[in-house]
Amino acid sequence: MYDVAIIGAGVTGSAIARELSRYQANICVIEREEDVCGGTSKANSAIIHAGFDAAPGSLKARLNVRGNQMMDALAKELDIPFLRNGSLVTCTKDQDRGGLCALLEKGRKNGVPDLRILERDELAALEPNIGDDVVCALYAPTGGIVCPFHMTMAYAENACVNGVTFFLNTKVTSIRKAETGYTIETTHTDTGEAETFLAKTVVNAAGVYADTFNNMVSSHKIHITARKGEYCLLDKDAGTHVSHTIFQLPSKMGKGVLVTPTVHGNLLVGPTAVDVENKEAVNTTQDGLDALSRTASLSVKNLPMRQVITSFAGLRAHEDGDDFVIGEAPDAKGFINAAGIESPGLSSAPAIGEMVAELVRGLLSLSEKPDFVAERKGILRPETLSMEERNRLIRENPAYGNIICRCEMITEGEILDAIHRPLGARSLDGVKRRTRAGMGRCQAGFCSPRTMEILEREVPMRMFDITKNGVGSNIVVGVNKEI
Amino acid sequence: MKQYDLVIVGGGPAGLAAAVSAKDSGIDSILIIERDRELGGILNQCIHNGFGLHTFKEELTGPEYASRFIDQVMERGIAYKLNTMVMDISPEKKVTAMNREDGMFEIDAKAVILAMGCRERSRGALNIPGYRPAGIYSAGTAQRLVNMEGYMPGREVVILGSGDIGLIMARRMTLEGAKVKVVAELMPYSGGLKRNIVQCLDDFGIPLKLSHTVVDIEGKERVEAVTIAEVGADRRPIPGTEERYTCDTLLLSCGLIPENELSKSAGVSINPITSGPVVNDSLETSIPGIFACGNVLHVHDLVDYVSQEASSAGKNAAAYIKNGAPADAKTVEIHPVDGVRYTVPKYIRPSEMDDNLTVRFRVGDVYKNCCIATYFDDALISRRKRPVMAPGEMEQVILSKAKLSEYPDLSKITIRIEEGE
Repeated sequence: MYDVAIIGAGVTGSAIARELSRYQANICVIEREEDVCGGTSKANSAIIHAGFDAAPGSLKARLNVRGNQMMDALAKELDIPFLRNGSLVTCTKDQDRGGLCALLEKGRKNGVPDLRILERDELAALEPNIGDDVVCALYAPTGGIVCPFHMTMAYAENACVNGVTFFLNTKVTSIRKAETGYTIETTHTDTGEAETFLAKTVVNAAGVYADTFNNMVSSHKIHITARKGEYCLLDKDAGTHVSHTIFQLPSKMGKGVLVTPTVHGNLLVGPTAVDVENKEAVNTTQDGLDALSRTASLSVKNLPMRQVITSFAGLRAHEDGDDFVIGEAPDAKGFINAAGIESPGLSSAPAIGEMVAELVRGLLSLSEKPDFVAERKGILRPETLSMEERNRLIRENPAYGNIICRCEMITEGEILDAIHRPLGARSLDGVKRRTRAGMGRCQAGFCSPRTMEILEREVPMRMFDITKNGVGSNIVVGVNKEI
Repeated sequence: MKQYDLVIVGGGPAGLAAAVSAKDSGIDSILIIERDRELGGILNQCIHNGFGLHTFKEELTGPEYASRFIDQVMERGIAYKLNTMVMDISPEKKVTAMNREDGMFEIDAKAVILAMGCRERSRGALNIPGYRPAGIYSAGTAQRLVNMEGYMPGREVVILGSGDIGLIMARRMTLEGAKVKVVAELMPYSGGLKRNIVQCLDDFGIPLKLSHTVVDIEGKERVEAVTIAEVGADRRPIPGTEERYTCDTLLLSCGLIPENELSKSAGVSINPITSGPVVNDSLETSIPGIFACGNVLHVHDLVDYVSQEASSAGKNAAAYIKNGAPADAKTVEIHPVDGVRYTVPKYIRPSEMDDNLTVRFRVGDVYKNCCIATYFDDALISRRKRPVMAPGEMEQVILSKAKLSEYPDLSKITIRIEEGE
């Protein structure tokens, strides 16, 4: 019997797991993908929003602003790449200035510090590539950018170190009320084996599927729509095209298309916003990709769209009530929702973790763990070292002298670390998200055979079992002449 | 800090031929730096034949062709380091490199030859819509898996792009037991050699669909189907022409991009057409003492031409090391117009150049029964009939130093494609 079973190892589930791992409790996380950060958390704008968008008084507003405030300490504690680059909401028509002022007012009500409106001259000095039609912009210096993979993994790894058990490749098929707590039926996505989990409390952090699980135990139905967002990622050569996160004045379909540097030095353009029926529809579309460059060019000029190195799509978990649904379901004691976590979900994750952990602590009267480890070190990046330090590292571990990914200059040492750390990588994408090997301009053309050899040797696993990102995504299908 | 007269970045066909030539021109202090496990570069995965017809007058496989040059490097005792990555080249020709044994180290070089080769254009760079499952590989990645590791990346294959590696892989995958259903090419002509279309597609009954592209990729985990459509003159898909192919693999052979990240960090000027350095008749870049050759300079069709070009770069680097930079010499620019996309070199110095200089280029379209015309200012110097010219095959013009000396006031050279005899 678990004290807490968390469904979903995205940034929300992982943040909750980490915050709960402060307490003496038996906790598990159940995730259907082969790795943490396999759903919405892996495909989003990678933004820590300042917090001026959401309606004052909403959970979105409160948790966004709180989450943003928590990021500096958190990034230090868990070694997460994070930068407060500041954000600009651009306005291209003088008659829309009212909308911008309303946003400023909303932001102030939400408690966002240091907001102000910049006029064209000041703006152009700050961002030389700002669109020619932009007349003014709302400047939020607390806006930031983060690596969503590292943020999720940092939370999950730290939870794991503090005793939380992660069940990956494990798909929840049903949840029902038991005498004490809940019975959770699961199927292993690879072996097909069934396993039953018993838990006193359940935290529902299942992203676009959170409605399904809530509706299994509660008559207070929720309804989540998958709202697709497509993105283009540009080469690092284009990474300095803008230095702030450039938004457009929001519409009712979302925050518009943004252009932002990423924390790793690329340029990100997106997202579109289209509601889709299929909650697995993470495909990009010609229309979507066409729309991106067209729309983005309203706020930023001379976008070098020829330097796109990849495109992707993510699904926002949009709840009908337009706010996060967080808390115990009214008619299902011990079933706690963290549902409808769409933008600003990533920004709010630290605060959601804190809030849900506090709820569960109260329900179960948990006491603090004396040996809680608060700090986590990320994967060592040799490029951050001096040549002398780097050579000392290579003498200790020669794998740090062996470059595997030539585009991002990632060494074998970093890949070994990614495989052998808690919740280590087991797939090419797992290695990629942890180290950036394969994330550069050649998109793994050169390094994937090398990374596969390392996985084969180190996990160890058969070459045929190595996947791109889990069950069914195998890279090779046989040996020559035997397929 | 270590010191070498000449550091050659890359131990593929270009780097090897450059090293041999520099050594034969009297330079003893040479280091080849290779990032892979062995010398020979991409030739090691090109196990098909057809290499060396020009250089050795016989048909060799890629590894055999490479071994001829590797043997020459060994015979001459030229130093090389394997599994070593060059991390940076400074404008002062300080080369920073790293490997497991030596750690990170710096070399002071009198001259540097860039011979890093090229990479393949990826699915992302092509911006093909659809899912992002396993089963999408660049043709070269598949070639390495099959020919060097012995693993098959798929069973039923669609290939986008008719570059030479894609054509070669259509045949290889077929021979190894896979079914290649179709090769789609965006352009109205193939980007590969005619002989490869005949020997790799026609001989195996694999259809080539010109003016077609991939418009959708299905399959969340592994590729399940690919939809191709015809494109119009604007290269946009024509609605209603979609054809769906069930398959588990999509190979991409949509062009090669010279890998010039190091060149850029050194401050070398890049030609946006070739994506390679701008060079003069010595194959010297905008930074004196830094030379370039092979696919890092511009993408070649035949390795024989890479070897010739690299040999010339090696000789010129040797001269630079021995004599230093020549005094300011008059420079003339070559203007590629009317179907000629670029030329390598872009600049020549009539007083410094060899007696005969090969200028290589590619055309921008298919031309039948046209001529390559060369002008010194307005004077027609040569006009050579070519029955067929295509973007997939390199063309050349030979400039003679003697002829140039007749035009002491020459301000520009123009190379163009002209119709008629």
